[in-house]
Amino acid sequence: MSFINIASREINCKIVYYGPGLCGKTTNLQYIYGHTNPDAKGKMISLATETDRTLFFDFLPLSLGEIRGFKTRFHLYTVPGQVFYNASRKLILKGVDGVVFVADSQIDRLEANIESVENLKENLNDQGYDLERIPYIVQYNKRDLTHIATVQELRELLNHRSVPDFEAVATMGIGVFETLKAIAKLVFLELKRTHS
Amino acid sequence: MSAPQLMFEEEFEEIQRVCDRLHNESNSKVVFIVDKNGQPIAASGELEDLDITSLATLTAGNIAATGGMASLLAEKEFSTQFHEGESSNIHIQIVGQRVILVVIFDQRSSLGLVRLRVRKTSEELSAIFDRLIAKAATPGISTPLDEITDEDIENLFND
Repeated sequence: MSFINIASREINCKIVYYGPGLCGKTTNLQYIYGHTNPDAKGKMISLATETDRTLFFDFLPLSLGEIRGFKTRFHLYTVPGQVFYNASRKLILKGVDGVVFVADSQIDRLEANIESVENLKENLNDQGYDLERIPYIVQYNKRDLTHIATVQELRELLNHRSVPDFEAVATMGIGVFETLKAIAKLVFLELKRTHS
Repeated sequence: MSAPQLMFEEEFEEIQRVCDRLHNESNSKVVFIVDKNGQPIAASGELEDLDITSLATLTAGNIAATGGMASLLAEKEFSTQFHEGESSNIHIQIVGQRVILVVIFDQRSSLGLVRLRVRKTSEELSAIFDRLIAKAATPGISTPLDEITDEDIENLFND
């Protein structure tokens, strides 16, 4: 849920990167962290296991400039992708303003992607949100690998709502900022719609 | 109970004053208030070299996880938490089911004193946040978003 501080002239929004285990959610945040002006970002926090799998969440605070004298701050979160961390995923969706679904393009991960979208839908419902209405972007990651599904196939399986979608290779930064900008824009448009 | 979505100047100053007073009266290092979504609201004390944004997010994550445990045990919430370190301690209190009041203190204070002051402050903060939520829900209240155009949003991403 966005937080508008009129006193300190700040608009704060929360974006969550969702998707199956090892799809590249953390990599998206790491790339953003590594390629953003130091003045525009805070510390990146990763609550990970000893084997570097996300345990609870990754967090990156980011400033995107000013709108009408108001600083815009985005709090980017990832969820733990592994199936058994569902309780944590649910918690992280609390107060979300926009969701990026990071899909793993590999053919043998298609089922995991579909399950993850279903899980997202359920967890959003539990928090009182609707996947059909919330600002939402789909990113098809790992486009550089072999044995990947076509974008058309992925779109049919994962993007029923026909929201903006992007091909990405998060390790190289391809599609990462495009995805971020697109979701930030959707979040602002939605904020404007609901507050006007 | 939902977290506040709008913060106005008047209430912000009031909350800041309450924070400052609690900081003094509890002999603590730092006092800060964060909403349940991890947005820092106000802070007071020795803030230099302290990453309040990260602390706020982790506090909210902590409260969310504890809340999850509470619901598994059919509890409404665990409203108070205390973490004891070698030189710093953290006292965390949920206020009015909406926001989180955090006090960081060292040997200059004590858990008893912090608890006492937090209890008193919580009631005061709860009343301010009730008022704030009611004010934000007033029909016709203007926000900066009223003036933002689609063009402003586009311009934000032109680099």
